[in-house]
Amino acid sequence: MDMINTGDTAWVLASSALVLIMTPGLAFFYGGMVRRKNVLSILMQCFIVICLVSLQWVLFGYSLAFGPGNAFIGGLQWFALKGVGFEPNPDYAATIPHQAFMIFQAMFAIITPALILGAFAERMKFSAFCIFILLWATFVYDPICHMVWAVGGFVRSMGALDFAGGTVVHINAGIAALATALAIGKRTGYQNKSMPMHNMPFVVLGAALLWFGWFGFNAGSALAAGALATSAFVVTNTATAAAGLSWALLEWRFNGKPTMLGVASGAVAGLVAITPASGFVDVIGSIFIGLLVSVFSYFAVAVLKPKLGYDDSLDVFGVHCIGGAWGALATGLWATKTINSAGADGLLFGNPAQLFIQLKAVLVTLVYSFVVTFIIYKVLDATIGVRVSQEDEAVGLDLTQHHERAYTILE
Amino acid sequence: MKLIIAIIQPHRLEEVKKALYDAEINLITVSEVLGHGRQKGVDEFYRGSKETGNLLRKIRLEIAVNENFVEPTVKAIIKGARTGKIGDGKIFIVDLPRCIRIRTGDEGSQAIG
Repeated sequence: MDMINTGDTAWVLASSALVLIMTPGLAFFYGGMVRRKNVLSILMQCFIVICLVSLQWVLFGYSLAFGPGNAFIGGLQWFALKGVGFEPNPDYAATIPHQAFMIFQAMFAIITPALILGAFAERMKFSAFCIFILLWATFVYDPICHMVWAVGGFVRSMGALDFAGGTVVHINAGIAALATALAIGKRTGYQNKSMPMHNMPFVVLGAALLWFGWFGFNAGSALAAGALATSAFVVTNTATAAAGLSWALLEWRFNGKPTMLGVASGAVAGLVAITPASGFVDVIGSIFIGLLVSVFSYFAVAVLKPKLGYDDSLDVFGVHCIGGAWGALATGLWATKTINSAGADGLLFGNPAQLFIQLKAVLVTLVYSFVVTFIIYKVLDATIGVRVSQEDEAVGLDLTQHHERAYTILE
Repeated sequence: MKLIIAIIQPHRLEEVKKALYDAEINLITVSEVLGHGRQKGVDEFYRGSKETGNLLRKIRLEIAVNENFVEPTVKAIIKGARTGKIGDGKIFIVDLPRCIRIRTGDEGSQAIG
């Protein structure tokens, strides 16, 4: 055990806790955006994802994602953490206990499916939701994670760079969000504009918790407490600030006034975009990544969505898929070996081939996730039915799915 | 002059507003109320204990109109609020002896519109 570095271990465990708090943070971010008859359903879905995927991950999810296997998926040799102990696994993190790496990765496996639920908010049966999440974690997240991050994974072998989960987490969840939004259909009464959100301060609280937790997500992905973690921390904060600001400026220009929701959305888009790049770019690169992601995501949310008419209720596709794809491609532009010698140079540092590799990684994730998510949805819909009845949707999911309500009118 | 009070389902409010606007009835007051009719509300559970008969959220509309607008208003509310299911609500029409516009002091029919 003498290879274990206490500073690294402390940082990765602290980062794991930081990433965990992102999921309740996401619950408030999303929960504030729905009508108040559905706020508990959002909080509940986020919370139950933590419960379900935590168990799935230690039982077999981690083994499928990181265990020895083929180029697409791991095997079951590490079932119930068999062989995953306290000795470091030098394939992934040479200076921390293997279980520290495992629990850090668990938090990513938790938040990724939780991200999707914004797409079908306010209209999915809770029973169907629970099964959907388990199937999605097993058949979409674990294979994509294996392909991109595991030793022998085929996207990793292509040389694609994804420091903290631009493809694995954000493109993956974002395109799954589009698939489910298309499959489940619009909310009753949806007319190509946002429905009244019930608590903006919740949205801001959630965005703040996400920003805070994201330091664990990105800087923690260095898996060591040192220069690379520091660099990732700095570019994460910088890109997020730039994106929040540029979203506000876009609204100011096109809608007359900047909004709190706009700055919060921009900040989250910035966090998404810097995620794959955070261990490879310098601060100038991060400013461009942040400033520009809001342009693309704003266009997707404000122009593309109303034009195409799908009801991705809380804009998971526009923020996470578009922002994640931009981040993955931007990594191929601004990556530099001066930040991370284990990485690669991007187009702007004389290596245009990297941009092409990044594009392939994006396409693989888009196609695999969209197709398999759609199949999972259709199978569930044909067997137990996914959408609540129209009456239940009208009354709200809090009362109909949980026999609870969030707020009182009279004591 | 009549005061029309309607109790409707919250999720029908947008449709009712639209039907009222289409009938050129633009002056409405909306409030959120609780109540239940014959279906006795809903059950809720708190840490395993069941609480029956909780009140349901409803919307109350108040619309003051001159006589010739009573029927169009009633028709518009029904058009927007009716789903055919229990809980669609009720409309009450009561006589309105006086109406005063605060800004000008106008009284009666001209103060309503």
